[in-house]
Amino acid sequence: MRLLKLVPDNTNIGFVRLRVVAFVVTALLTVAAIGATVTRGLNLGVDFVGGLMIEAQFPTAPPLDHMRSTIDRLGVGSSALQQFGDPRTVSIRLPIAEGDPGATNAVVGKVSSALKAQFPGVRFTRTDTVSGKVSGELIRNGVLAVILAVFGIAVFSWFRYEWQFGISTFVAVVHDVVMTIGFFAITRLEFDLNIVAAVLTIIGYSINDKMVIDDRIRENMRKYRQMDMKSLIDLSVNETLPRTVMTSVTVFLALGALLLFGGHVLRGFSAAMLLGVVVGTYSSIYVSSSLLISLGLEPQRFGRKPETARPEAERIGPKA
Amino acid sequence: MLDFPRWKILSITIFLAIGVLLSVPSFIPEAVASRLGLGNLPRINLGLDLSGGSHLMLEADTADLAKQNIERMEEVVRTEMRRGDQKIAIGDISTTGGRLSFFVRDGAQLDAAVERIRTLTQPSGMTGQRDWNVQVVDSTRIVVTPTDAGLSQATNAAMQVATEVVRKRIDEMGTREPNIVRQGEDRILVQVPGLQDPAALKALIGRTAKLEFKLVDLTADPSQVAQGRAPVGSEVVPYLDPREGKSGIAVKRRAMLTGDELVDAKLSYNSQTNEPVVSITFNSEGGRKFARVTQENVGKPFAMILDGKVLSAPNINEPILGGQAQISGRFTTDSANQLAIALRSGKLPVALKVVEERTVGPELGADSIRAGTLASAIATVAVVVFMLVSYGRFGFYANLAVVINVFVILGVMALLNGTLTLPGIAGFVLTIGTAVDANVLINERVREELRRGRVPTQAVEHGYKEASRTIFEANVTHAIAGTIMFVLGSAQVKGFAVVLLIGIATSVFTAVVFTRMLVALWLRRARPTHINI
Repeated sequence: MRLLKLVPDNTNIGFVRLRVVAFVVTALLTVAAIGATVTRGLNLGVDFVGGLMIEAQFPTAPPLDHMRSTIDRLGVGSSALQQFGDPRTVSIRLPIAEGDPGATNAVVGKVSSALKAQFPGVRFTRTDTVSGKVSGELIRNGVLAVILAVFGIAVFSWFRYEWQFGISTFVAVVHDVVMTIGFFAITRLEFDLNIVAAVLTIIGYSINDKMVIDDRIRENMRKYRQMDMKSLIDLSVNETLPRTVMTSVTVFLALGALLLFGGHVLRGFSAAMLLGVVVGTYSSIYVSSSLLISLGLEPQRFGRKPETARPEAERIGPKA
Repeated sequence: MLDFPRWKILSITIFLAIGVLLSVPSFIPEAVASRLGLGNLPRINLGLDLSGGSHLMLEADTADLAKQNIERMEEVVRTEMRRGDQKIAIGDISTTGGRLSFFVRDGAQLDAAVERIRTLTQPSGMTGQRDWNVQVVDSTRIVVTPTDAGLSQATNAAMQVATEVVRKRIDEMGTREPNIVRQGEDRILVQVPGLQDPAALKALIGRTAKLEFKLVDLTADPSQVAQGRAPVGSEVVPYLDPREGKSGIAVKRRAMLTGDELVDAKLSYNSQTNEPVVSITFNSEGGRKFARVTQENVGKPFAMILDGKVLSAPNINEPILGGQAQISGRFTTDSANQLAIALRSGKLPVALKVVEERTVGPELGADSIRAGTLASAIATVAVVVFMLVSYGRFGFYANLAVVINVFVILGVMALLNGTLTLPGIAGFVLTIGTAVDANVLINERVREELRRGRVPTQAVEHGYKEASRTIFEANVTHAIAGTIMFVLGSAQVKGFAVVLLIGIATSVFTAVVFTRMLVALWLRRARPTHINI
């Protein structure tokens, strides 16, 4: 049986040669992502801004204008309506009712009975109420988790390898996070707790990807002492290219299934993850690996210490 | 590589078999499992987003708690000063500003007063701090302030009681398997699966259920009461039902009896009007007190006050001696029953408010399970086919590892009594995608080694050895991200992180150790001169 090979054997693509172009493109995209986030802001879910969210499923797609006017007539505050991919599923966002727990119940009751009267057959599938205090904590914990994850992993690769690896990984992962957030700013998809989980997973995945290439760079640095850094990185990236592509495809397949069949609640998560896989793979090659050259990583310097200990050694095993 | 000792094969097989077996109970519907006598086997619980239900985060009103704490101290101080032969006269008592302050009338007794109050305080916490600070200000006033340690001790005690009260109330509602846990200093997490209407639940939990019987102050001037002013020793309390009268009613501050002296409360019907009422039974001391007060005040009205609102204010027609009474107040059958439950389970030591609520309807939960299962199945099939066409026999081994891994993850989750949430399913699907990464790494490495001209056995051996290091490094970093998610994440994110972490651990085992065994056994048996990978 002939097996499928997505990447031919012994590729020799000059990734490093294109790095200046890649840096410019990356820089522009990053600025665009930050710009979009700053100017447009994120469509934060009730998890992060507090408020009341009612999800309603209609038998047929409802006219949103009519829905909005029905709700606005109730005097429960200004509503924001949003469709969940499927036009029959609409989320209704309202400000939280101040006062005792009964106040929120009353709002939910008013909205649901008014909608039931206007649109027979509507079902209310989900209600979330998050107070301002809790949403503040959720934001804080989410931001803290992302920062800790990025730093924790950068510190790990710094201890494990050389500082250049720590910095290049750090920069690449920050790039991935910025891109993902920028994506949410541009598409206006709702940014909620699940998306924070997605961002953390992207960080984990992206690091995983970089570790594999970094590991190969280190291995080749030991093997080919005299090779210049550019060719060495090209060689390492090319050698690991089949794996990079294969793994991206398998993860893509799994996430694609999740996006198409996993239901509307997970749609934002799946979209974020899919984007993260693309961005993470790109940044492994173009941001983190290429950055190593600019940071002045050299094979000779790297190997010096064990060299004096065992000058005859051709290959030295892993540090650990 | 080729010598894989029998004990190793055996232990790997047994280990995986146990993992897979542990997942089996979770696939059997709960009802069937208990009929087969397997109800006690560990199984995966479904999160509220899959089973449908309500998640409520309750937070104690700490300001209210601090106020109550000081009022309690005030009572204690008053009693203490009146005690013994040498009574100490105090006045101008104030409980504002988070402290208790009062004036000692006779300056000569100041030291004695301080001494008496000091004996009321107790050491609290590790630091040897006492729960209250006693200070003399302006050489006439004594100021008693709760210390931080004292306050947190009071909060802790109140929260313990509150958690129990909430548990009792929810149990009385007859819902299945509620999960009620304290969270942090001042919060209680309540999760009730399969609940259709959280409104009733919230109404029940949100009620302090502080019941008091107080005499109505007949000396109060109605025009003053209308402006909310009452004579000294009395206070104006609003009606719960505004139809009873807009401005409320003046009652004596001192309660003649409180709900603490109840032993039972249940729904019944008034024999004359047939309207729903709550019948209460006092304990013996409460019964005696009630008998005495009603004997002394025949013909006068008294007020039944719930959580600071007057339910009703009937006249005492005759002394009530049996230790039983009826609470009336325009109830419906439902509201009377709810009040009975609340009274039975005791009053909440502190007011609780809902700071977070998430309710998922059972239909959406069922939809999510269906969608999640479908997505998992399609993801698995897609990955399996892709691996098979890419790596042939080696892909088949990797697939076997992935499928076993799926069951082992479920088994480990069941063993840990874990909860599967919707984000957990996402983690699951993602794990299917990433689990084969280890095999991709190994197989690509084997391909490389073959290209370098190694013979099959050596290429495989090298491939596994070199790739294992990379796999380890990559998974450690992945696990760091997962651990951070687990520690800092909210309930939903945690559900995702658990699956991810378990998946990382088990996938390294199945993808590296298990496939290595399969490959070794094949190489030993077939001794191929060429491998198609």
